[in-house]
Amino acid sequence: MEAPADHGHPRAGAPHSAIRRVRLELAVYRALDWLASPRPYLMLLGFALFLGFWWLSVEVWRLPRFSGMPGLTTIVREWLSPEPEFGLSLFTPDYYLHILTSLQRVIIAFGLATLLGVSLGLVMGWSDAAREYIFPGFEILRPIPALAWVPLAILMFTGTEAPVIFVTFLPAFFATTLNTMLGVRSIDTQYFRAAACLGASQGYVFRHIVLPGAMPFIFTGLEISMGLSWFSLVAGEMISGEYGLGYVIYTGYTMISYPTTVIGMITLGVVGYLSSAVIRLIGKLLMRWRARELGLEG
Amino acid sequence: MGAPADNQPCRSLRGAIRIEDAVKIYENDDGGLVAVDHCSFNCAAGEITMVVGPSGCGKTTLLNAIAGFHSLTSGTIYLDDELLCGPEKLQAKPGPDRIVVFQNGALFPWKTNIENVVFGPVAQGAMLPADARDKARSMLAGAGLAGIEDEYPGQISSGMRRRVEIVRALINDPKVLLLDEPYRALDALTKSVMHEALLQTCYRSRVTVFFITHDLEEAIFLGDQIEIMTSRPCRTKKRLKVDLPHPRDHTIVTSRRFRELMDETIDAVHEEAAKAFRLGEREG
Amino acid sequence: MRKLQRRFASVNEKARTVTATSAAALNPRSGRSLARAAAAIVILVSFWEIGSRFNELAGVPLPMIGQIPAPSRVIVAWYNLLDDPGYWRSWYLSFLRVAAGFSAAMIVGIPFGLVLALSRTFYLTAFPTFEVLRPIPPLAWVPAAILFWPTQELSIAFITFLGAFYTIVINVVGGARGIDARYVQSAYSMGATSWNIFRRIVLPATLPSIMVGAAVGMGITWEVVVAAEMISGGGSTLGRGGSGSGGGLGFFIWNSYTGGSYEQIIVGMISIGIAGFVSSSIIRYVGKVATPWMNVR
Repeated sequence: MEAPADHGHPRAGAPHSAIRRVRLELAVYRALDWLASPRPYLMLLGFALFLGFWWLSVEVWRLPRFSGMPGLTTIVREWLSPEPEFGLSLFTPDYYLHILTSLQRVIIAFGLATLLGVSLGLVMGWSDAAREYIFPGFEILRPIPALAWVPLAILMFTGTEAPVIFVTFLPAFFATTLNTMLGVRSIDTQYFRAAACLGASQGYVFRHIVLPGAMPFIFTGLEISMGLSWFSLVAGEMISGEYGLGYVIYTGYTMISYPTTVIGMITLGVVGYLSSAVIRLIGKLLMRWRARELGLEG
Repeated sequence: MGAPADNQPCRSLRGAIRIEDAVKIYENDDGGLVAVDHCSFNCAAGEITMVVGPSGCGKTTLLNAIAGFHSLTSGTIYLDDELLCGPEKLQAKPGPDRIVVFQNGALFPWKTNIENVVFGPVAQGAMLPADARDKARSMLAGAGLAGIEDEYPGQISSGMRRRVEIVRALINDPKVLLLDEPYRALDALTKSVMHEALLQTCYRSRVTVFFITHDLEEAIFLGDQIEIMTSRPCRTKKRLKVDLPHPRDHTIVTSRRFRELMDETIDAVHEEAAKAFRLGEREG
Repeated sequence: MRKLQRRFASVNEKARTVTATSAAALNPRSGRSLARAAAAIVILVSFWEIGSRFNELAGVPLPMIGQIPAPSRVIVAWYNLLDDPGYWRSWYLSFLRVAAGFSAAMIVGIPFGLVLALSRTFYLTAFPTFEVLRPIPPLAWVPAAILFWPTQELSIAFITFLGAFYTIVINVVGGARGIDARYVQSAYSMGATSWNIFRRIVLPATLPSIMVGAAVGMGITWEVVVAAEMISGGGSTLGRGGSGSGGGLGFFIWNSYTGGSYEQIIVGMISIGIAGFVSSSIIRYVGKVATPWMNVR
């Protein structure tokens, strides 16, 4: 008597091109479904209400405290004009210089934080001894807000770039390390036991169990760190920067060119969102198993 | 066990387990929790030994001791007359001669099914990756699992996951297969099909099986020998040799002999289950 | 919907483990952990002491660590500050701001989050706008807040509010949406009204996530308060009320820097660290008391 064969499995033997076509059709179907639902229209309604209130309160009704704020139309006009009155728009090269400067600082700080944080987190997660030695000191330093380090950073490092990058690096580092450590510790003991049964050495376990098993947590941590990096960067730039979006926001205020400030804020929001989205995307690509498990792919 | 497959050379049976006077006491704040209380029995090589008992009685502790995940407080366990753990060596070292198939499944979710199956040979360096993949493919096909090699465990049904996990264990040619209530979470219909599949696998590979379950029917269907355990702390309450002929299929469940065996054992099992119920034991 | 539910659920799960584990890891369960922790800290502080003093000891100033004041001097400076009312006033002002901003964030954030979770229409309308505004760091709002609010205190409170608000809302929404539908269904089948369901199922089930959001939000609040104090009180002309109306531990640190008393910088840093840790611990304790069923392991 034969063991039951699974010819019934849906994807057994389907060619890749057919699978791809089905996925495309599914995506198109989902997009049309989305358009037919109330979702996009309510979303637009929400935006409209917000922007409308902004426009009305500042420029039309001139409500008491709102009248001093930069108006929506002023900002939009300024942002889109080739000859901006206050100096910054989509058409000025300086705009992109500021964006790039901020981006560069974040990338360096975030990169360092990821490298050091993931390494330290993996070590502390896996080795009880390491954790018992290092974690208490780590937890004592962690509550100190990033900005509180600014004066010390200025004393320690020369130049204007290093303190800003250091202050941006710190909260990202703490968040990444913590999340990585938790990621390692969250791996079910059964997996370690199964690997032991199957004869895996410690090094093999590290590469094939610890690292992939901690990935989901690591990437959540990276998303959080990215947000934290921007958070500290802005503050750091406002205090001691020379270029960059934080600097733009700050000088926009002191030079009474308020539309510039708001343009800076909006740009910051967009760039911040995009950077988190990039991290999420990389995470999805590296962890296809999770995407498929959660049914997020086709 | 009868009916060896025709293309398998007749080789000596391995994996005899001898448990002598095992005791396991867990330290806790109230003193000590006795999980296993002077338990002794043998598992014959090449046979399927079913360990039946209520939830929380300590059967998993025995399995963990054999596998090497826990230590014993006292007592000895021998594998093929070699010491696994005993007074001088309280904890065995986990290894590919005794592989566990876990209750909730421990296929690595981040590896595809075939990557899971080749994990053992590749990790030990026992086979080249390409050879391991070939062997894995044929073993999966033999178990009726062709076509899902490149999928992830999260994408297939839990019944199929169990079977992949068993293939993952068997590709290492272990002496003993330790199964910890692997079919607990499956529905009765799937279970009966899985039982037949497992028997087929055992006929082919002749591995010794140590199978923990709380399901008496499962025990009688699969086993050559049944140990019925008391509720915690566990001790052998009743031992039974299952003399149903091999090869077995699902029709044997209604045979007279099957029902006779159930008759002999059901009171013992029920008595212990009632005790565990009163004590409010949590599932292990 | 289920996709979002799973996304929120997993984030919540992780956030919960974050707060739980850091607390647990800091309470050593054995003498050995305590000894190792103590040993590590002693070694760290010794390195610090030697590194800072290297110039005096060996005549060669070390590049980064040589610029930092030595721990021994820091302790002396701290001891002297204990009599200084200005120092304690800084504590008081910072705590006040943190309490104000945090409470405002909870009072506005929890209902807002609950409505978002319970009303699909409201969610679809308001959440996209919320998500668009969220990536803008709270500190980027400083100039706008100063323009808008009549006093500097209100500006700082607003920024603080923003910081915690986003976190709390996200956690409340995640918690409320993560509620297993079966709890609600079994309540309905037992004859509960909608208000009952809200009061006895939704609120308690969301409580753990609210507490997690509060704990994380508390940390963010401290970050923002310190930043706002430094930016508006010191080193810039951003303050409107003049440098005297600043105060608080952030201002204290900046002032110590500009005034040249570098030991006080570190005193200030450690003070804020302690203050932040104490407030987070209070929140965690309240969380434990409010959700006793979560502590069973």
